[in-house]
Amino acid sequence: MFSTYLFIFLSAVAIFSAINVLLSKNPIHSVLYMTLTFFTLAGHYILLNAQFLAVVHVIVYAGAIMVLFLFTVMLLNLNKEGQFSKTNLMKFIAGIAGGLLFLLLIGSLKSFDVAVVSNPELTQIGLVKNLGTILYRDYLLPFELSSILFLSAMVGAVMLGKKDKI
Amino acid sequence: METTMSQFQTVPLQYYIIFCSALFSIGVVGVLSKRNALVIFMSVELMLNSANLLLTAFSAYRNDPAGQIFVFFIMVVAAAEVAIGLGLLVVVFRSTKTIDIQVLNKLKW
Repeated sequence: MFSTYLFIFLSAVAIFSAINVLLSKNPIHSVLYMTLTFFTLAGHYILLNAQFLAVVHVIVYAGAIMVLFLFTVMLLNLNKEGQFSKTNLMKFIAGIAGGLLFLLLIGSLKSFDVAVVSNPELTQIGLVKNLGTILYRDYLLPFELSSILFLSAMVGAVMLGKKDKI
Repeated sequence: METTMSQFQTVPLQYYIIFCSALFSIGVVGVLSKRNALVIFMSVELMLNSANLLLTAFSAYRNDPAGQIFVFFIMVVAAAEVAIGLGLLVVVFRSTKTIDIQVLNKLKW
């Protein structure tokens, strides 16, 4: 019962801050609300007993990606309000489209039988030991390829960021 | 299905599906309605995260670790994508002095 209340609380905070990402005029506030959303999602991972993913999520998203976003906001001098105003009609149409998508996804849930085989609070698959074993045994090649992806992304970012032409 | 649910006394899987659908829809609204390219990037991150949470939930409820490995790889790709995307944004800002997507429509026609 306690986990259900915790789930509802985390979901409410996550959706509130996700909506505020879109509503706030100042991009810095958007980034800070986004960080709050990421922390609540980390709470969700802990609730699912996926501890490895929770730690990785906090390190990667809240620690690296949002810092990158904040640096970009300050670098581009975007922390002024009212730079990007869009007509109310477009916002309205976008809201209607998103709401229809949400209703579609929820409606398709009715004809879908969810098979549950285990209790997430008791499963041990999300622990670092089990996931590490599987990652290095069954998914070793994709893991090594992802390092090449990171290397190419790093080289590409440095190439893009250089001021003078090579 | 109801019997297995009531045995666990835990959060039903449907709640996760509804929550992730709501988060994904908010991300879609953000992509459609914002003009700031940075906020559009953040909305894309929101959608990626809702997919991640749903993968984790299914993996935990079905006792299958492959879903959590996939989430790990999605995080890898998202980190690389953000590095490149923000680099592109800085380059675009340097040449046009704006990241308003209404201005950046040279490739539209």
